[in-house]
Amino acid sequence: MKSLADRPVNPVVGVEVAHESATLHVTGTALYTDDLLVRNRKVLHAWPVQAPHAHARVVSLDGRPALEVPGVVRVLTAADVPGVNDSGTKQDEPLFPSEVMFHGHAVCWVLGETLEAARLGAGAVKVGYEPLPSLLTLTEAIEAASFQGHQPTVSRGDADAALDTAVHRFSGGIEFGGQEHFYLETHASFAYVDEAGQVFVQSSTQHPSETQEIVAHVLGLHNHEVTVQCLRMGGGFGGKEMQPHGFAAIAALGAVLTGRPVRVRLNRTQDITLSGKRHPFHARWEAGFDQNGRLQALKATLTSDGGWSLDLSEPVLARAMCHIDNAYWIPNVHVQGRIAKTNKTSQTAFRGFGGPQGMLVIEDLLGRCAPLLGLDPAELRRRNLYLPGQSTPYGQPVRHAERLHTIWQQVLERADVERRREQIAAFNAAHPHTRRALAITPVKFGISFNLTAFNQAGALVHVYKDGSVLINHGGTEMGQGLHTKMRQVAATALGVPLSFIRLAPTRTDKVPNTSATAASSGADLNGGAIKDACEQISARLAEVAARKLNIHPDDVRFANGTVTGIGFHDQDIAFADLVHDAYFQRIPLWAAGYYRTEGLHWDGARMQGEPFKYFSYGAAVSEVEVDAFTGAYRQLRTDIVHDVGDSLSPLIDIGQIEGGFVQGVGWLTLEDLRWDVSDGPHRGRLATQSASTYKLPSFSEMPEEFNVHLFEQATESGVVYGSKAVGEPPLMLAFSVREALRQAVATFGPAGREVQLASPATPEAVFWAIRQAREAMPVPPASAQAGAGPVPSRASSSGH
Amino acid sequence: MDGVRITVNGQLRSGDGAGPHTRLLDWLRAEGLTGAKEGCAEGECGACAVLVARPDGPGRSRWTSVNACLPPALAFDGQEIITSEGLGTPSGPCVGEDLHPVQRQMADRGGSQCGYCTPGFVCSMAAEYYRPEREGSGRRGQGGVQTGPAVVGEDHAADHESGPNGFDLHALSGNLCRCTGYRPIRDAAYALGAPAETDPLFLRQGRPAPPARPTQLTAGDAQFIRPATLEELYDRLEQHPEARLVAGATDLGVEVNLRHERPPLTLAIDRLEPLRVLDVGGGRIEIGAALTLTEVERGLAGRVPLLSRLFPQFASRLIRNAASLGGNLGTGSPIGDSAPVLLALDASVVLASGTGEREVALADYFTGYRRSVRKPGEILRAVRIPLPLAESTAFYKIAKRRFDDISSVAVAFALQLDGGSVSSVRIGLGGVAATPLRALQTEQALAGRPWTEETAAAAAAVMATEGTPIDDLRASARYRSAMLEQSVLRFYAETQSAFSPEVA
Repeated sequence: MKSLADRPVNPVVGVEVAHESATLHVTGTALYTDDLLVRNRKVLHAWPVQAPHAHARVVSLDGRPALEVPGVVRVLTAADVPGVNDSGTKQDEPLFPSEVMFHGHAVCWVLGETLEAARLGAGAVKVGYEPLPSLLTLTEAIEAASFQGHQPTVSRGDADAALDTAVHRFSGGIEFGGQEHFYLETHASFAYVDEAGQVFVQSSTQHPSETQEIVAHVLGLHNHEVTVQCLRMGGGFGGKEMQPHGFAAIAALGAVLTGRPVRVRLNRTQDITLSGKRHPFHARWEAGFDQNGRLQALKATLTSDGGWSLDLSEPVLARAMCHIDNAYWIPNVHVQGRIAKTNKTSQTAFRGFGGPQGMLVIEDLLGRCAPLLGLDPAELRRRNLYLPGQSTPYGQPVRHAERLHTIWQQVLERADVERRREQIAAFNAAHPHTRRALAITPVKFGISFNLTAFNQAGALVHVYKDGSVLINHGGTEMGQGLHTKMRQVAATALGVPLSFIRLAPTRTDKVPNTSATAASSGADLNGGAIKDACEQISARLAEVAARKLNIHPDDVRFANGTVTGIGFHDQDIAFADLVHDAYFQRIPLWAAGYYRTEGLHWDGARMQGEPFKYFSYGAAVSEVEVDAFTGAYRQLRTDIVHDVGDSLSPLIDIGQIEGGFVQGVGWLTLEDLRWDVSDGPHRGRLATQSASTYKLPSFSEMPEEFNVHLFEQATESGVVYGSKAVGEPPLMLAFSVREALRQAVATFGPAGREVQLASPATPEAVFWAIRQAREAMPVPPASAQAGAGPVPSRASSSGH
Repeated sequence: MDGVRITVNGQLRSGDGAGPHTRLLDWLRAEGLTGAKEGCAEGECGACAVLVARPDGPGRSRWTSVNACLPPALAFDGQEIITSEGLGTPSGPCVGEDLHPVQRQMADRGGSQCGYCTPGFVCSMAAEYYRPEREGSGRRGQGGVQTGPAVVGEDHAADHESGPNGFDLHALSGNLCRCTGYRPIRDAAYALGAPAETDPLFLRQGRPAPPARPTQLTAGDAQFIRPATLEELYDRLEQHPEARLVAGATDLGVEVNLRHERPPLTLAIDRLEPLRVLDVGGGRIEIGAALTLTEVERGLAGRVPLLSRLFPQFASRLIRNAASLGGNLGTGSPIGDSAPVLLALDASVVLASGTGEREVALADYFTGYRRSVRKPGEILRAVRIPLPLAESTAFYKIAKRRFDDISSVAVAFALQLDGGSVSSVRIGLGGVAATPLRALQTEQALAGRPWTEETAAAAAAVMATEGTPIDDLRASARYRSAMLEQSVLRFYAETQSAFSPEVA
């Protein structure tokens, strides 16, 4: 096999091409799971019966009244399950629960000839509940010691001793909110029993293999009796990594029991109230700095809110703990983690997968401590960036740490920071009610699944006799452009134009035992597998060509649909002709490709090892303008320099960076999940369960000027065509906005004062922070009196 | 009557399968046109947007973007609709690629990632592409304009919301994208040139919109009727005072979708001409209750500055293309944004029935949470704004998001100064009580006083005590009160800086 990172001359990777489905998207002809409904007949519709309690025992369930409703066909309950009544992988998520674990938990499902009939039927089902005490907030869970899963520790050096000897020592805490994925396409599954008696499930899933496994275990079937296909998703963001399985199982169960196609498509309210979200976290910390502001020690306890079941909470917590350092060298570390069990939806994967939560802690800490240390926050961050030769608290060397410094310098220059700082100062001096600030924050994000076994992938590549190519791989398309990149990889590896390559939808009967398309790893893993398959085929074709050209097979070159020999200028063979010849020479024209990431090892018990193939780096400079009357703000400009290795597809990568950034800004400033935590009759109900109450970023939240630059000459050895993953890391560039808001708030108060900011930093949160800043009296550095005042903020800290 | 028929993408289709509560979106999708998507079912995300040919003055029509998830399909009987599928086609077996200019720009610039919101964006963008007033939509500004980043500088906010081709970014304020971060979509919008002279959709705007048909359909125990005349409407209301009136369905549609309301009788009134009159007379402006907010905005053309400040903040373009003042005041929500503004303008409403009309001051109209003095059988026919208008006005909407959000607090000021003193003042409030209300105590604290910082500060303190704000998911009660207080200080600061070059 050739080197994974090397590119041939004039490769198709690296060329700026539009999304492979772009023309289908814009014409409304790209099909999503629920669009298949109209192509089928006699489809049944499903509607859940959602419990009105945060925690309750189901004491009775009577589906007979539903059957009286015209058009209701069947009520699905636990008694119907032929296999295992579980929709997860840990046996802690019953598909039909006997104990309601969160407000809105689906206790059974009704199938109807129409959606209206199913809905009315669900309303008629009689369920008896015995309410039980519930825990909703992290504080309640911590006080009740309600935890689930492992309680790991990441440790290096002696944090206690280093804190004792540190010149500056601070402590604090913060509690911050989760995030709803709000993929525009809600969960959807469509199941039927096909003509061969096989259960066929079309599902909007990031993890078809796991959907297949869970459908099979619910139905009591083997995996080979169930096929799952994912055409494409209308967004995933991690929300369709584990969450689709139960909905697919409902559709499949209904299809098997009724013999008719069954459609499960959640409406927005059902989707928000039934499915998991980004984990909210609570953190307490102590940090020590030397006289120059260099971090000496960090002690922290991270508590995530896992909701009612474990789901992916353990790996999310592990990644949070592995990213609490972000891009900073901290010699002495002691970080403990635990997962609260609460009566909320089971929190799950969300772009960044705990990384953003870990990083928020350190970025918040640095933003708060900088004024107390008498340092500009940008300078404090720069001083603490990793240097070559240093390693993370879990023992992984930070390879290419010098890139962090180069990127940092580049983004400062591209953003023209020096000049703009002067402009900002002048603006602020002239505006008593409006203030501007800019902040810079770095990102270092580890790429690979923490669990080593998941870092493998397969592909199936067919070359037909006419030279056209059909590729299949285990990754799913959710808008991230994976299929576009995979076509480019295949075209590059086979030396044919992009138009030769067609990509077929992701199906479990083409590539088995796949990993979730997650952890930003889709292109790394599946690209490796496709390249392997293509190179198997082209090696065989090279033999055929070599005989024809009378040269050594190593000297055969494939480029742009033409095959020639090195140094030949007058003799070449069309790819299609070569393929045709090869067929008649009985050369196999298809191959299964396989890839596993080499060099990974991780001891999950000790939280030590090298779990990541490499780190992705980036830095962002953001400028905001804050209005003191309301706390409202605008994002004036953002500049980003981000490292995607040598880009496989620049238009796609820039789209991922911009989109991830804005999604991160949404999490940090706007998106606010509110549960009813009162003791009233609706305790546990999510108050923000629709688009009118849960606000996503719109046009008004994108930076007015937005410049993204891909770090150049960034070849990453050991990754397909020298590229790096891009899906998750840019989300965390959004800290630059949160830190800019903090600095803008600070201008309303005396210098040297800690500014606390709730997360999300909504206009209301910014308003109260400004009010506190204005009311503050000057205090000497390193002895801040923070946390005073009845601010309804989630953050609190005390300095000493 | 020869059945319900709707023209979609140039093809006449029977709408007989649609019931009174079948939404346009579901009917289109059942017809196999699955381009329009449901993202939220409440008119917030725009994934369901389509184009409808709406009247645009004598002899003309206008492609108007609307959410398909809210209105009943039957409301489009006899109408012409274009969906994303009708704008262009991708290449396929036996078909060459034929993309609309909007689709071309969106596809080439990375304007789609997952693609689910894209058909809706394309329709909203196409409506703005064809907007006759758009600079660059006519003969001027031919050809695509390449855009770089927005202008940098102190007053770039306005630039950033309008392209060099006259594209108003607010045209997309009702479309949400979770993937792209919006920059490529903005670039696509700002790169659009003018429609070709031969563009059939462009040419279609030169002919009148289809007339409304007097649709009547009963299915099960539900009925949809579009009365042909005002008299018929009054008669039906007299017989069925419980009937639900529907114009743009931006409120009723949400109740049907999210709260599963199924009104037995729906009366469509949006095309009744007597409800669509905009009349600027000597002493007052009368605005027909069924005119869409977009039509009012266009018809007034800036004549009422306070309304000009309201419109861009009143929901999204998709909603304003359907919603009416009649609907906003008729539902009487305390967070409807028109009420505070109309209270400050001292507006009144004309309530009409088969037995006659009466005019009620808006300040006397609301009686409780979503309740008013409107009697069963009465309709809200028009809104009247007395002239002359006050010289200094302001509208402050406090929300998390600048585009298309719901107010936690809304405040409207109308102030008249005479020799530096407040000769008259009216302040309308939303979001701080069960109804919209006037800030009467604050008005009292201002009336007759010199317009100074001291007066403003004293009035602000009074303002903080107005209403009975509550804690909810949008804001705390404390914040709401603080926003009332701050609004007076901000209004004062703005009236002062209006005379200085410092205004940003």
